[in-house]
Amino acid sequence: MPETAAAAAPKKFSLQQYKTEVHVDWCPGCGDFGILSSIQQALFQLQIPPYKIAMISGIGCSGKTAHYVDTYGLHTLHGRALPVATGAKLANNQLTVVAVGGDGDGYGIGAGYFLNSGRRNLDMTYIVFNNGVYGLTKGQASPTLAKGLKTKSMPEASIQEGINPIAVALGAGYTWIGRGYALDVKSLVSLIVQAINHKGTSFLDVFQTCPVYNDLRTKEWYAGEDIGRTRIRRLEADPTWNPVVSDPLSIDEIVEKKTRALHASYETGDNLAVGVFYSIELPTYDDQLATKMPALKEHPLVDLPLYQRDVQPLFDELA
Amino acid sequence: MPTELSRREFSWVLGGPQGGGINASAEIYAKALTRGGLHVFANIEFHSNIMGKHSYYRVTAAPIPVRSHVDDIHMLVALDQESLFGDAAERKHYPSHTGHVHQVAPGVLEEALKQVGKGGQSRKYIVMRNTVALGASIGISGYDEELMFEAIRNEFKGRKAEAAEMNVEAVRAAAAYARSHFSVRPERRLAPVPVEQRKNRMLIKGFQAVGIAKLRAGLGLQTYYPISPATDESVYLEAKGPQYQCTVVQCEDEIASINMAIGAAHMGVRAATSTAGPGFALMSEGFGFAAITEAPGPVVFLWQRGGPSTGLPTRTEQADLQFALHPAHGDFPHIVVAPGDIEESFSDSFESFNWADRYQMPVVVLLEKFLASSLFSSEPIDMSKLKIDRGQIYQPADADGDGYRRHAITADGVSPRTLPGMPGGIFSTTSDEHDPEGHITEGVENRIAMMRKRMAKLQTAAREIPATSKFTLHGPRQADLTLVAWGATKGAILDAMSELEADGRSVNFLQIRLMRPFPSDAVAAILRGAPLTVLIENNYSAQLGALISEQTGVVLDHHVLKYDGRPFSRNEIVEGVRAALSEQRKEVMVSHA
Repeated sequence: MPETAAAAAPKKFSLQQYKTEVHVDWCPGCGDFGILSSIQQALFQLQIPPYKIAMISGIGCSGKTAHYVDTYGLHTLHGRALPVATGAKLANNQLTVVAVGGDGDGYGIGAGYFLNSGRRNLDMTYIVFNNGVYGLTKGQASPTLAKGLKTKSMPEASIQEGINPIAVALGAGYTWIGRGYALDVKSLVSLIVQAINHKGTSFLDVFQTCPVYNDLRTKEWYAGEDIGRTRIRRLEADPTWNPVVSDPLSIDEIVEKKTRALHASYETGDNLAVGVFYSIELPTYDDQLATKMPALKEHPLVDLPLYQRDVQPLFDELA
Repeated sequence: MPTELSRREFSWVLGGPQGGGINASAEIYAKALTRGGLHVFANIEFHSNIMGKHSYYRVTAAPIPVRSHVDDIHMLVALDQESLFGDAAERKHYPSHTGHVHQVAPGVLEEALKQVGKGGQSRKYIVMRNTVALGASIGISGYDEELMFEAIRNEFKGRKAEAAEMNVEAVRAAAAYARSHFSVRPERRLAPVPVEQRKNRMLIKGFQAVGIAKLRAGLGLQTYYPISPATDESVYLEAKGPQYQCTVVQCEDEIASINMAIGAAHMGVRAATSTAGPGFALMSEGFGFAAITEAPGPVVFLWQRGGPSTGLPTRTEQADLQFALHPAHGDFPHIVVAPGDIEESFSDSFESFNWADRYQMPVVVLLEKFLASSLFSSEPIDMSKLKIDRGQIYQPADADGDGYRRHAITADGVSPRTLPGMPGGIFSTTSDEHDPEGHITEGVENRIAMMRKRMAKLQTAAREIPATSKFTLHGPRQADLTLVAWGATKGAILDAMSELEADGRSVNFLQIRLMRPFPSDAVAAILRGAPLTVLIENNYSAQLGALISEQTGVVLDHHVLKYDGRPFSRNEIVEGVRAALSEQRKEVMVSHA
């Protein structure tokens, strides 16, 4: 659904219905507020019934998001949001499943699931709050903190390279890859809407500020106050930018689009690309299961009559 | 003193290199015996190796029930040197190599191939030397050839029908050869039971019983990461799953496996994961997560192998009982059940899903490699008493459902759950300590109430689960000697009881199945009234003995233990118990290999 059409349609569910009354305990000025607000607004724009949504979060400040969005919510374990989300989606393919977590959660302790969820291409969305530090344990370097950087909370500068999550996602096989900025809510809402609308696993990395522990990647830094212009570069501002693979059977086009996305992902320093990096329509894991088990096209697994099945044929095979 | 079983059983071993098709051949042999109305028990020993190393398949058959193997081999078929002269890994030599040795001439296979127009191709069909061995076996023992033909035709159907006839000819030729060339006949003869007494028994392995039970119970999602000896069960479900709408996912590791299953369980689908010790170690974190969030499952099927660490991947052990009882940090409720044979594997696997739903906690079904890969002739499993119980499902009064509390405090500890997707059922839950609404709180009063609420479910389960699922006292209520054990040692112990009774003592056997919540009062009463107790376990540290002491204060008199990675033979049970009693030893280790 185009965003504008959705915005104009009459609303059954109010924005308030996507918010809980739970006290939000993030620090004042935290970038997480922008992401939370964007998620709530995106769900509101899409008018997905709250009871048809499952928010699955990892551990860390970002993990608390599941408590603040008034949907079915599982606040899981450090790094394990994606496998839990996968199980939830397999159980009920009619739910909109959104997994959220931090950069340490997704690219450190949960790296194996970040990689393998890209291979599977279930129809769900994964949003990573990327602030370069482990906030809840008081500011250690996360996997995305660049080599040589030393935030005020670190005793010494990092001597490990930071990973490039967009490049990893391209290699892992994610079929929709985007990046947003937490403090640009309008663009972020649009990206989240696109990510959820995408059929397949969509991956959205979000630059997020941690005003308490990351004194290097501040909102002033992103705004480029030191260089006189913003460091955020919008991919869509380039008229030649087209991240969508038009022919999913064309390996040439796939390689060309992935290569361009890879180049954009390596822009660093004073140009940080945000927007949609890559998008392709491929058969989802859900589709392939439904091919093997056609009942799943009409009904989610949870609604199928699976109990007291007739297993006599299996015994007969052994007789 | 020989018992009826020891007089009437026939023990046949096929030894050969892995990858050489001995499994298929031994199973055809077992099928031929089953079709002749004999009871069959068969088990296999193999290395963690794909091709070449020595393995052997042992088939024990009798006209009366047999659930165990013996050290004696009445007929040995040797397809490699180790089978005759012993295998370094098997430490001891096969006892049969002092007996008569016959050799089948290479020309027999060629002769059989000529019959089906494949003369001159014996190199191509060298794998059929196994079938020649089957033919020679039944030829010399006087068994009914037609039953073997039936078994072969049953195995090679449809596209493989041509192979069936080739194998039939090989059996015919080899049996004739054996009858005319083998000068010495074995003392034991193997005969089918009279046709009118034959029952149509199936031949089933533990992993199949568990897989079928899970489908019967409504399994919707099975997750796994490949690991011996658990993989067979998941691959079986992968093959049979689609026709039953059962999704099976091969995951990236066991952490993903358990967490996917938890995600599905929270959404209302019956979910399970199967693994062995090394994989269960990775599931520790997820296990605690399932417990604190009161997920209705998953059911974790833990197929034990020799530990610790990689240990003995393809061998058996019972050394994960204490691990299964303490699978994660913190205090939380969970259920552990350890079935001892095919029927119990079926019913315990089935009931585990009811318990997971009813008490909203993870369940461990503790199994063994020995049970997974052993073959049992079995009567049809009675499923009539196995009913589905999905526990309490909350019915929202209105679509807003603002009043719903996922972790509401209740007297029995169980909070009715909702099925996500349901209007009015929205809930939150978290691995952090939480309030009844499922939101994080570190408050003191709430913490105490939540701990008590969760642990109360264990009392509820202990109260509601019937005694028949908790333990069985086999034999007389009161006996001179009480054997105590758990899991798949059951078969060897039941078969050994009559031999031990011949020593002049009455014998009974307390088999414990439900390990948590533990049937403390009943077990204490039985053991306090027992004049003499011997614990039998397939591990080093007598883990059930420790649990019994912890739960009842009773210290068992003797331990017979085996930790060589191999299952107990009947002889090992008998000799171990005799040694413990006659030599007054607290602990006896047995290993006849």
